Amino acid sequence: MFYGLAVFAPLAGALVSGLLGRVIGDKAAMGVSIAGMVVAAICGPLAFFQLTGGADPGVLDLGSWIDSGRFHVEWALRYDTLSAAMVAMVSFVSMLIHVYSIGYMGHESRPRYRFFAYLSLFTFAMLMLVTADNLAQLFFGWEGVGLCSYLLIGYWYDRPSACAAAIKAFVVNRMADLPFAVGIALIFFKFGSIEFSTIFPAVAQHGADTYALFGTTFPAIEVIGFLLFIGAMGKSAQLGFHVWLPDAMEGPTPVSALIHAATMVTAGVFLMARMSPLMEYAPYVLGFVTFIGASTALFAATIGCVQNDIKRVIAYSTCSQLGYMFAAAGVGAYQASVFHLITHAFFKALLFLSAGSVIHAMSDEQDMRKMGGLAKVIPVTCTVMWIGNWALAGLPLMSGAFSKDAIISATYASGTGIGMYAFVCTVLAAFLTAFYSWRLLFMTFHGKSRADHHVLEHAHESPWVMLAPLVVLSIGAIFAGRLLDNWFIGADWQHFWNGAIFNGPHNHVIENLEHVPEWVEFAPLVFGLLGIGLAYVMYIVNPLLPVRLAESFGPIYRFLLNKWYFDELYNAILVQPAIRLARTFWQVGDATIIDGVPNGLAELASDGSRQVVKIQTGSLAVYAFVMLIGVVVLVGIFMANSLWGR
Amino acid sequence: MMVVGLGHYLVVSAILLVLGIFGIFLNRKNVIVILMSIELILLAVNLNFVAFSAAHGDLAGQVMAMLVLTVAAAEAAIGLAIVVIYFRNRGSIQVEDVNLMKG
Repeated sequence: MFYGLAVFAPLAGALVSGLLGRVIGDKAAMGVSIAGMVVAAICGPLAFFQLTGGADPGVLDLGSWIDSGRFHVEWALRYDTLSAAMVAMVSFVSMLIHVYSIGYMGHESRPRYRFFAYLSLFTFAMLMLVTADNLAQLFFGWEGVGLCSYLLIGYWYDRPSACAAAIKAFVVNRMADLPFAVGIALIFFKFGSIEFSTIFPAVAQHGADTYALFGTTFPAIEVIGFLLFIGAMGKSAQLGFHVWLPDAMEGPTPVSALIHAATMVTAGVFLMARMSPLMEYAPYVLGFVTFIGASTALFAATIGCVQNDIKRVIAYSTCSQLGYMFAAAGVGAYQASVFHLITHAFFKALLFLSAGSVIHAMSDEQDMRKMGGLAKVIPVTCTVMWIGNWALAGLPLMSGAFSKDAIISATYASGTGIGMYAFVCTVLAAFLTAFYSWRLLFMTFHGKSRADHHVLEHAHESPWVMLAPLVVLSIGAIFAGRLLDNWFIGADWQHFWNGAIFNGPHNHVIENLEHVPEWVEFAPLVFGLLGIGLAYVMYIVNPLLPVRLAESFGPIYRFLLNKWYFDELYNAILVQPAIRLARTFWQVGDATIIDGVPNGLAELASDGSRQVVKIQTGSLAVYAFVMLIGVVVLVGIFMANSLWGR
Repeated sequence: MMVVGLGHYLVVSAILLVLGIFGIFLNRKNVIVILMSIELILLAVNLNFVAFSAAHGDLAGQVMAMLVLTVAAAEAAIGLAIVVIYFRNRGSIQVEDVNLMKG
């Protein structure tokens, strides 16, 4: 009951505010949307706590969707630990973001009901995704969040950059969705169903199946797992598909928070955890997942170190943290990755919203080079941002420490070569994470102010409707890890998860977490402190050092500043050829051939009739003469017949 | 004394027909002349009917002639009505001006 309410209250809010917003007015529409979210935020966690309190997991059947031949799809809400935890997190964080948006969008001149309708719809799509009982419903939510992200990133539709970013996000996601859809189709052909309850028990008996392609054979489960992972890569912005995520900053800041924390990007990680019974039988794909995740964690962190836009730094940190989650999923510690997903949701929403608060205070300035010394001006924002970055860096006392250390230990505990690679990458990334987090703090809040004094005069702490969600989120960022640690990866984890996540018989990563050497557990802390120290030296003690470093290592600096030239690379090898191909199709295919045929026929008809029309002289005499000729000919034929006929 | 036989009637009829046709072709001036020419052609036909009727002693030809007369009268009435309307609309019934259908 609570569960269904948590999923459908946002939909109701979105429908009312979106469809009736014009009628009932802006304020009322916002109220309805937020009321829906509050209901969800109460019911979602309640449903989760019911489950942890001993309620039975199950499936909430809502009715039939597709019934065609052997293909049956039901609308159903899956109620197990994984889904319930996600529902609780998504609804709660999303509710806070809704509340925050009241303040953040306060200066907006256009009606805001559209914004709130999209936000609620976004939340609903994500809730549909995480509660899906079959892959079709999951895909429905998957595409729903894709659509809503497009709508929200391009919310300021009069800004060309926002439109471009929205299209980029949509197209990049679409490229990854194709393999995902193919993967779902293969699952249907292999298992005869796309319901989780049918697929999962049958995975083991299909373990030896193969697909033959181009003279080689591929294990079926590996192929399916690989295709699903490509889909997850797109949604979760992993290396290669990450390009849309930083550009998604074009949307209003609450949208960034929603995309990066509660909805959208976490869908890929969720998919890995949800499909764990299948992924566990695809060891090579899991190795690939680890490789991509660890590489992304390090790669995004390097970029985050040199960006100057406050939101971009946080965006790359999301990318990097998602890399951590995939690295954990790849070594089989799905529990740790979901754990990090949930703690990350709290502190990343916190970071984005407090960045929004900074931007709000600084009259829409996003460049950290024009900030500094804001700690005295906006103390509350400064405090919560410290908490958020503390948690992000995975330092002790905050929730990030629990989940991030679990991931790093898990990569070590897996004991494989690729696990070691992931261990090295994630520890280095932990160093860089601490560095860029504190770089952000120092550049924004400490040191001498570099802001324009007009801006600084107007700088003010945000209203309480914005600060209250920040405070709640920072409480979450401090305590979520501590509270959930014992449940998610503690001694009792098997009882807690209750089979929602499957670990293969050979997979003992979670048990081994406790048995890693001491130095492994301390490595993230040591590297994190080193990163903070470096940031302190570079941005407080000697602020000229970064400039000199950037000058003396020009090529490396530019390489990082331009995000490893991924955009340029894609532009050259994908976008430009696509544009050229499209132009060819347009000019040759469409304008010449497709338009040419009917145009030519029309030309022929009009030319022909222009000739034929000359017969019509308009002179009565000619008509009469022709009639006479006709009569003569007819009579002639008649007479000829009667004379010589028979 | 020359006996007026069937041949003479036919000759007159043929002359009338040719006159009528040439009246249509050669007339460049007036639509009414065309109507009159058509009357001539119909007259030629009538003459043929009556002549053959007399020659064969069969009254059907004369009945036919009466029919043709009726049709001719109706045709003249409609034709003149058209001409009047046409003149009212276009201000002229010169044959050269009647070329709305020219392509």
